[in-house]
This record gives sequence, structure tokens and C-alpha cells, in this order.
Amino acid sequence: MGKNLFQKVWERHTIKKLSNGQTQLFIGLHLLHEVTSPQAFSMLRELGLKVAYPERSFATHDHIIPTDNLTRPFADNIAEEMMQAIEKNTSDFGIKLFGIKDNSYGVIHIVGPEEGLTQPGMTIACGDSHTATHGAFGAIAFGVGTSQVRDILATQTISINPFKVRRINFNGKLNKGVYAKDLILFLISKLGVNGGLGYAYEFAGNAIDEMSMEGRMTICNMAIEGGARVGYMNPDEKTFAYIKDKPYAPKGADYDKALTYWKSIASDSDAQYDDIIDIDVSTIEPMTTWGITPEMAINIDENVPQPTTPLMQEALDYIKVDAGKSMIGFPIHVAFIGSCTNGRIEDFRLAASILKGKKISPNVQGLAVPGSVIVKKQAEDEGLDKIFKDAGFEWREPGCSMCLAMNSDRLVGDQVAASSSNRNFKGRQGSSTGRTILLNPAMVAVAAIEGKIADVRKYL
Amino acid sequence: MLTVIKEIKGKGLPLRGDDIDTDRIIPARFLISTTFEGLGDSAFCDERFSPDGTPTNHPMNDKKFNGSTIIITNNNFGCGSSREHAPQAIKRAGYNLILAESFAEIFYGNSSVLGLVCITLDKNNIETILKSIETNPDTEISMDIEKSELSVAGTVYKVELKDALKSSLLNGSYDTIAELASNKDEVKTFEKNLPY
Repeated sequence: MGKNLFQKVWERHTIKKLSNGQTQLFIGLHLLHEVTSPQAFSMLRELGLKVAYPERSFATHDHIIPTDNLTRPFADNIAEEMMQAIEKNTSDFGIKLFGIKDNSYGVIHIVGPEEGLTQPGMTIACGDSHTATHGAFGAIAFGVGTSQVRDILATQTISINPFKVRRINFNGKLNKGVYAKDLILFLISKLGVNGGLGYAYEFAGNAIDEMSMEGRMTICNMAIEGGARVGYMNPDEKTFAYIKDKPYAPKGADYDKALTYWKSIASDSDAQYDDIIDIDVSTIEPMTTWGITPEMAINIDENVPQPTTPLMQEALDYIKVDAGKSMIGFPIHVAFIGSCTNGRIEDFRLAASILKGKKISPNVQGLAVPGSVIVKKQAEDEGLDKIFKDAGFEWREPGCSMCLAMNSDRLVGDQVAASSSNRNFKGRQGSSTGRTILLNPAMVAVAAIEGKIADVRKYL
Repeated sequence: MLTVIKEIKGKGLPLRGDDIDTDRIIPARFLISTTFEGLGDSAFCDERFSPDGTPTNHPMNDKKFNGSTIIITNNNFGCGSSREHAPQAIKRAGYNLILAESFAEIFYGNSSVLGLVCITLDKNNIETILKSIETNPDTEISMDIEKSELSVAGTVYKVELKDALKSSLLNGSYDTIAELASNKDEVKTFEKNLPY
């Protein structure tokens, strides 16, 4: 009987069974950012411990960094303190920081792949729930808490139980106006926000095979929104081509050796799974959320459902939307394009293709926030920044920005954001009454133009 | 070293609702800090107070639940972010046991390492317990870790307490670092043989 990728990578990284019955798992690549790491470094200092393998940890700053004025010290004193902490901690412990100083920073889940750090067959952990993004390369990647960040720094291992594996086959032909974001929102709307509890998701099928690495990252990124801590795809020629020649990719003979390993960890054709789900992607239309969890999502052609639970009623009341009505025409105030979900070059190309030659509604603030310095430069080389600016968008510096509003990019009062990010939780975008509608980047661009939720297909 | 946890006793806080996410437990603006200090005061802040600062009818604002140390809630508690700030805030607000229908995985792991014990029970029994506490807030609740038994007003419920957590609570090893660090020679050999 064959094995799936998860089983192979897990076994390859198992040190031993611990006294609590869990696995001591080796973490091949550890990624750090400024919000969930300072307490871990403090604990290390208190315990008098060193970083065991500093060359296996890489850091950047993304959550709190301003996207308008980068002059130091930052206007927000505590944000400045957090910046100084990550700079000092990485310097003290010999960890590479992709920083503001050498202009190489960005959202951690965008920096890892574009530097070539993210590779197939790795175990990757980061103090961030969207770490599964790296699974698009055939890595087993997951979010951890700060105590585990400490454990990894000190030992390069964690105590963890293995996951079951659910294979999700996305087969069929994609409809017009449907992108990776719609596939994952559709899946979450069907399986629920805790449907993936205890599972790693293996995404497969011709729709995944034909998808770009950027699209695959979007899908893996939101596995956690469906309750699955891990999401991945088997690596293929597209994966290898993406990694080749990236700064941290193996070179020459090392590359060939790595390639042999990368190919060896792909799921066998007779691999066993704990569950298999088949989705015909031709049944998926552009998606929109209407509520306060990513599960509360519908095809744009559908109407907001009648409430059957207290949570659904709470969502209707919070978003101020009526059951039985379409989301089309729902007014928005902010359009946000960015985040680890949809802040890569392909996302800006897509939104720009809609915005070209158009103006956004005077009632809408448009925020375009590239996921990294590299994404920003690439977009500018292609002239995309000009398209965004001409349309009335603000073209900002990289960062997590309004995905979770830890800098000054925040909703005000009960403003509505059409957002390419990943969570529509209450208060997520910086105001305790702010409202979030999750969409693919093209749908966000269209909402910005019309000042309300609209159907992207009439623009294609 | 950590203390062994064999029994947890206290009053309950009925926190009704499914999918109570980490942004609701501790909004992101409270993560702008380099420590976990003071997070207890901000737990459920936006649920407990309206934008103008007036307290809501959240159970944590209800005097009759003052001094409660055990949270009783519904499905998928702690979904969303990996922020350890969420269990840190709950623990620092004085809670040391959470009973739910289910927990999001990262939250569960983050809680366990702090000795914030997460146990599960089916929906119907949770509803019974919620009603009992809402009617009699002073109801004494006690959790026997070894037996996985939760006693509420004389009724004993067999709850699910995962084996890994149970054994680590009983031997005081729920903070994993000591055991992980003790295997450092094995890890060293392992690392040398890794293909990357």
C-alpha cells in the first residue's frame, strides 16, 4: 500500500515518541514575525537557552508595519518597540531578518516562497495560523503558538500529534470569473469552519494541476479557515520551476539532489486517505461572504440564507444584511487588495486588468498593499501601480495592513470592507463594529468601481 | 518545575455560542506588545463593551458570575488565529478550565502548554450544564483529571480529556520544553542526516 505526502514527510521528520504519546517532530524551516516571537525570545533568555539551529530560522516584520510612512521611529511607539525587538532578537541570536533596513521585507508567507526558502518535503512552522500557505510547494506547514516558537528556537522540534489526511479533488473546468479564492471559499461553505478539524488537506485534481503557484498558495492559505491546520499540494514541474534560481534554492548538483528528494515525497498513486471529497469546479461561481465566519459564503448568484442558528442571526444583525436578498448592491466603503491570501503579483495583475482605464467610486477608499517588497517592485516594473493610482487606489508599502489592522490601516465605525483577505470575523479589520466581505481580488476591484458588491463577470 | 494538575474546582461562566474566534477572545490591537502582561483585562473586550464603552450583557459583566474560573461554551471554540495571546488572556483573566463541544486545534495546543485545560462533551449535556449554571451561578463544578469526570451539582459527566494532555497534567510535563530539550543529541544526529 502506498503512502501519501503527509505520511512520508511526517515519518521523515519524526525524532521519537514522547512520554505524553505525542511525536517529537523536527521542524526543517522556522519562520518568525514580530508579533508572536518577542515573548518566545524572552522565555529563552529567562531559561538561559540558546537558539539551537539559527540557520533554520528566518524572520521578517509584517503585522504592525505601517504602509504609508516608514520613517523611524514609527508614529506608534509600541509598534516601534516591536520592530526594535525583532531587530535585536534576530541580531542577538544570529537569525536572518528580511528587514526594512535592507528593503527585503514582506508578509512572511510571501517572503518564504519568493526567497526560495519554502521547498517540497519540508516541515515548516511559524507563529501564524496561515502558515499552511507553504503547503502549496508540497511542504507540511502549520501555525504554532508562542510557546512552540520557543520550543522550536531552543530545540528545532515540537510535541505534536499527526493529522488524518483528507484528499480534496477539484476537477472540471473553471467558470469565467472564478479563481483560487472562490474554490477555497466554496469548500469552506460546504464543509464548515470546523470541517477540517484533525485533518491535513491534500488538494488535488486537474483544477489544481492547471493552477499557478500563486493560486495554489491562496488555497492552502485558507485551509485553516476550514479548520484544517495543514493544507498541501503534491509538487510538480511548476513547483520546481518556481523554486529554481530563487536566492535560497539549492544550486547546481545540490539542486539535482534536492529534486530527487522532492519527487520522492509526492503521494503514491495507491496512497490511502482517511477521507476523499470530489468537487466539480464547474458548479462554482464567484463567491461572496455575507456573515461573520468564512463559512458564511454564497455564490454571487445566490441569496443570503434564512437563519437556522443563533450564530447566523447574529451575523445578519452584525453585517446588517437581510436574509433572502442578494449581496449584489450591498454598499462598501473600503476596498482592500493584499494579505497573505491575495497579495501576490498575480492578484495585482488580475485586479489591474479590471481597473485599467476605470475610476473607483468616490465613496470608496481603495487600498492596494503588495505582499512584499519584491511583489511591489515587480508590479511597478509592469506599470500596475500606475493603473491602481489612476483608478483612485492608494498604492501602499508592503505589510499585512488591513487584513487584521494592527497598524493604522483600519476600518472606522461600521464601515464595510470588500476585502481580498481571509477572515470576516467581527472586529477583524480594526473597528469593533467594522464589517468585512471576503471576495477574490477581481471582485474587490469591481466592488471598488461600483461602490457596492457587484458581479465581476460583466467586466470580463 | 510545573505543578501537577489533578483536580480543578470552581464556578462556571456560561459563554454561549459557536465559532467564538480568537479575534473575539482578544482583538488584534491588544497584540501590539512585546509581552503577554495585562492581557487578562482585555479578554473578550469588544464583546464586553460597546464602542462607546458601555458594558454589554456579556456574562463576564454579570455580577452573579464574578469569580468564575471555568468557561462552558459551544462548538469550535478558539477558531482563527494562532495567537497564544488568546489562551494567555483567558488564563490571565482567571480561568483554568474550558468545557466545549469542540476546540480549534491551534488554540487547543496553545492552551495545553499553559495548563489551561480544554475538555469536550456533547451538545446536549453542555446545554444541561449551561442551563444549570445560568439558573444557579454558585453551582460548584469539579473536574477529576485522572477519571476524566466532571461533576456539576451532583451529576457526574464522563468528558473527553485527550490522553496526551491528561498524562502531562498528571505528571506536570504539559510545558513541553524540558523533555524536548533532553533529546538534543538525538536531534543533532537526525539533523545531520536530513536531506536539506
